[in-house]
Amino acid sequence: MELLQQIINGISLGSIYALIALGYTMVYGIVRLINFAHGDVYMAGAYIAYLIANRFSEETVWRFPLILLASMGGCSLLGMAIERVAYKPLRNRPRIATLTTAIGVSIFLENLVRVAIGPNFLGFPEIITRTSWEIKGITISNVQVVVPGCTVLLVLVLHYVVHKTKAGKAMRAVSFDRDVAMLMGVNVDNTIRITFAIGSALAAAAGVLVGIAYPRIDPYMGIMAGLKAFVSAVLGGIGIIPGAALGGLMMGVAEVMAVQLFSSSLKDAIAFVVLIVVLLVKPTGLLGKVASEKV
Amino acid sequence: MLEVNDLHVYYGGIHALSGVSFKVEEGEIVTLIGANGAGKSTCLKAISGLIQPRSGCIRLKGQALMGIPAHKIAEAGVIHVPEGRRVFANMTVLENLEMGAFARSDRSGIEKDLREVFRRFPRLEERKYQLAGTLSGGEQQMLAIGRGLMARPKIMLLDEPSMGLSPILVREIFDIIKSINAAGTTVLLVEQNAYMALQTAKRAYVLETGFLTMEGPCDKLLADPKVRSAYLGE
Ligand SMILES: Nc1ncnc2c1ncn2[C@@H]1O[C@H](COP(=O)(O)OP(=O)(O)OP(=O)(O)O)[C@@H](O)[C@H]1O
Ligand SMILES: [Mg+2]
Repeated sequence: MELLQQIINGISLGSIYALIALGYTMVYGIVRLINFAHGDVYMAGAYIAYLIANRFSEETVWRFPLILLASMGGCSLLGMAIERVAYKPLRNRPRIATLTTAIGVSIFLENLVRVAIGPNFLGFPEIITRTSWEIKGITISNVQVVVPGCTVLLVLVLHYVVHKTKAGKAMRAVSFDRDVAMLMGVNVDNTIRITFAIGSALAAAAGVLVGIAYPRIDPYMGIMAGLKAFVSAVLGGIGIIPGAALGGLMMGVAEVMAVQLFSSSLKDAIAFVVLIVVLLVKPTGLLGKVASEKV
Repeated sequence: MLEVNDLHVYYGGIHALSGVSFKVEEGEIVTLIGANGAGKSTCLKAISGLIQPRSGCIRLKGQALMGIPAHKIAEAGVIHVPEGRRVFANMTVLENLEMGAFARSDRSGIEKDLREVFRRFPRLEERKYQLAGTLSGGEQQMLAIGRGLMARPKIMLLDEPSMGLSPILVREIFDIIKSINAAGTTVLLVEQNAYMALQTAKRAYVLETGFLTMEGPCDKLLADPKVRSAYLGE
């Protein structure tokens, strides 16, 4: 029973990592960039939701979905702006230049929020009224249903977009072979922009959900969550979309288990243990092919 | 249809094309032959916008193409089937063909062209839900050509379509090129298999380390002693 309880807790946490990891993996797939500012977009998503929630405190069932969508919309604009201003000018430069820039963007966003809103922890408003049920000794709160529920819904939407829409096909084509995609008439600039928009919107959703599940936000919340999500993406196989979702869930469960079985001081260390094990045993990740698709 | 004038391309310090000029008239098959590293692929990449020439002029039906992004050039009807097939190995055969029609939105026309590609390449229809990466080399070449046809090109730039194929398949591919041309598509064919290319095309240009050294009707070049010794192994 205790084990089941921990798995349920782990799935909530893992859903959040999964949503962030999806953006990491999509952006990596299309521009081969580890976007280290991605965790900060997640932080921005939480802050956008925080600001809106405090303005519109009316209690309706629409409050949560509207705040979620607004935050996702805001962050997709932020993601596109970051791509346009920081990464696009470096598109054909050595990768280390873009990587360094990503770290710069990350530091910039953290400090922007620190200066504009404040460096302290903030309590996230209760945009979903918490209730919980007890079933055979296991406690499940409505939040533990909403968080994975939203994640599953978003992953399904993402799957539809990537496989059934023109933009999604363009994304797959560009990430497989950019030149040939161009020869088919794909506008690569637009496709990269859309990828950043979608990845950032998913990170924003993670930011809102984390605010609901663990209601404390601060300007640096994206660093550790971003790192863990990055490890999740590597665990699943970087560049592989289902891998990111799977890796995120496993990371969440592993973290909760490590805390439960050993010590809460292992909460953050477990991610790096996972990273080291993956790199030693199967560097291409769980779903990665032995030789990566991109030759 | 397509006119290339005094084209210069550099890769860093390497002068890959030095003042190349040629022409492809509507309805023709024109071939560009030459040894490894002569600059044939570079020529096609410059036309389709994958690389930016230093100077020169490229025109499609009088409209300047240079400086236009590659995806716009494809939309204009210049379809480049690159060297080495480059099919999307992670997509199915059908998805690859749909990618070929990416710039189009005329659903019924796309449907019709898809049926036409399957009629031409029945093996692709049998394998339409198979991942393109699992096809044999010859099948991948057919897919690459079929994908190009799905764009309904005005002019098709084919880069070494016979590369790595068995003699029977080579013949088949050249027959297909002729029939595509007979159906109304202008073709610029780059080949190392000079003999087959000269048999297939109407006119030819010979490229040597970035310079055009010969041009003329294919039957003339086939009879030319210099061509025979340098490219036909005599
Ligand atoms: N990206 C590149 N960077 C530097 N040099 C290049 C690049 N691409 C081609 N070259 C050089 O330009 C020259 C022409 O190359 P190109 O690929 O056009 O030859 P080709 O005629 O197509 O040869 P092949 O028959 O082997 O395909 C070669 O000397 C090649 O080394
Ligand atoms: Mg070549």
